[in-house]
Amino acid sequence: MILCRAVSKYYETLEGEKIHALADIDLSVADGEFVSVVGPSGCGKSTLLRLIAGILSHTSGDIFVRGSQVAGPRRDIGIVFQTATLLPWRNVLQNTLLPVDVQGLDKNTHTERAKSLLQMVGLDGFERKYPFELSGGMQQRVSITRALVHDPAVLLMDEPFGALDALTREQMNLDLQRIWATAKKTVFLITHSISEAVFLADRVVVMSARPGRVLAEFKIEFERPRSLDVMGSPEFGQLVTKIRRHLMVAGVLD
Amino acid sequence: MNDPAASGTASKPPTLTQRWWLRVRSQPEWVCTPLMFVVIFGGWEWYVNTYQVSELILPAPSKILVSLYDGLANGIYVKALMVTLQAIVLGFLFSAAMAFILGTLISQIRLLEAMIYPYVVALQTLPKIAIAPLILVWVGLGIESKIIIAALVSFFPMLVNTIAGLKSTSSDKLELMLALTASPTKTFFLVKLPEALPYIFAGLQIGIVLAVLGAIVGEFVGSKAGLGYLIIQMNYTMDVSGMFAVLVILGVMGVVLNTIITLLRQRIIFWQRTDVSAI
Ligand SMILES: Nc1ncnc2c1ncn2[C@@H]1O[C@H](COP(=O)(O)OP(=O)(O)OP(=O)(O)O)[C@@H](O)[C@H]1O
Ligand SMILES: [Mg+2]
Repeated sequence: MILCRAVSKYYETLEGEKIHALADIDLSVADGEFVSVVGPSGCGKSTLLRLIAGILSHTSGDIFVRGSQVAGPRRDIGIVFQTATLLPWRNVLQNTLLPVDVQGLDKNTHTERAKSLLQMVGLDGFERKYPFELSGGMQQRVSITRALVHDPAVLLMDEPFGALDALTREQMNLDLQRIWATAKKTVFLITHSISEAVFLADRVVVMSARPGRVLAEFKIEFERPRSLDVMGSPEFGQLVTKIRRHLMVAGVLD
Repeated sequence: MNDPAASGTASKPPTLTQRWWLRVRSQPEWVCTPLMFVVIFGGWEWYVNTYQVSELILPAPSKILVSLYDGLANGIYVKALMVTLQAIVLGFLFSAAMAFILGTLISQIRLLEAMIYPYVVALQTLPKIAIAPLILVWVGLGIESKIIIAALVSFFPMLVNTIAGLKSTSSDKLELMLALTASPTKTFFLVKLPEALPYIFAGLQIGIVLAVLGAIVGEFVGSKAGLGYLIIQMNYTMDVSGMFAVLVILGVMGVVLNTIITLLRQRIIFWQRTDVSAI
């Protein structure tokens, strides 16, 4: 579904200096798979996500999404950014429908779909509310429905719950698992939280400090659907510890 | 702590004077603002009467009020007001429309920006009022010259604000639109324009003040009607209290025009409410 082969990325700074952000990334995400990426801050996770989304061009290597080379932004991808980035002049329903308006899709069928998505994230009854009337967690949930409304095959998420408190975050993790299970999407999730990565993913990819490389991958085989109790199990703890060790080697001082 | 419900004793409800006092304590502006008015105008009246200031220099507020009443009663103020208001509104609307169109083109088309923007910057520093006599030579004494001067004087702040607003779109939102494969037109109407509205309205608010200025100056330079013309006439006849009366009319007109734009702004930019009523 997603395939990165020897992908490298250099940034050029304003002073003309070259920054090696990503080095030889080899990565694949299977159809319907949930992959989480963890890595030290500044190691190029967001960069990798932007490359896959086609909103940034890579320096070398190949990136394929659903069999075709990524050469620009594409409509079969939904993105959830770190901040909700809702349009303050649009209400919740209109924000969810933004991709529909932008891409000229059929309004009627998608309005129904938007409403059922909003229901799925627990925002039914909030369709006519404006972003400034919502909490941070609710705003981020709207941005998730926006990423899903045009029914993309791939969902890319860049630390979507980073700004939320622990309790809301756990609830959102449960919601996301449910959405993933019902909507059958391929999910690529970047996170700072190792336990979040382990809880949600089929596979956790650990990246090194800049220039970012893939250090290790861990298959996560807890049964689905997972309840929050999984986090208390010894196997879960061992996995988290193991991944943390790798990250320490990679240069994060947690 | 000063909450009336909390401080009022449970046994008997507060008397009328108590309630009034609490009201004043929580919102002192209800008393202080009118008080300020009385102090200013009462002091003015008192000063003029006590020191016998000549009516040709500073007429008392009561005299101005009489002039204002007379002028309104015989209709000359209203007639002059209509002429000036027409020049202001037409000049302002034309200027606002042009500023919006040109600002949009300059902010969205690189080449146009390079070609036109240097002139915009150069002209912005020029005192546009200085062109007024020239406009009168070209267009004549009629209302057309006032419309043009009002438009010219109010144009640049509105243009600059439109450009600044359309260039201030947050990169998050632009990235979102990019990821959604939005066309430039969609990005403009769905994101850039709404995001620019606060800037555009700030420009309109400056613009309307300048349009008033432009029209009046135009009438000073040469005209046959209007409030500016009236001031010049009264200047010749030494009718100082009449001049003050016209100033009052100008002031009220300015406030009304500004209020209209403020109300429009609050309606249109509803998501940017700063006046959320206090608890
Ligand atoms: N536009 C840019 N120009 C120059 N350098 C950049 C640019 N964007 C990112 N970088 C650099 O590339 C590196 C990777 O950035 P990126 O945002 O991908 O990191 P990240 O892994 O997402 O970090 P975090 O976890 O803090 O979000 C950083 O060291 C950053 O300094
Ligand atoms: Mg990042």
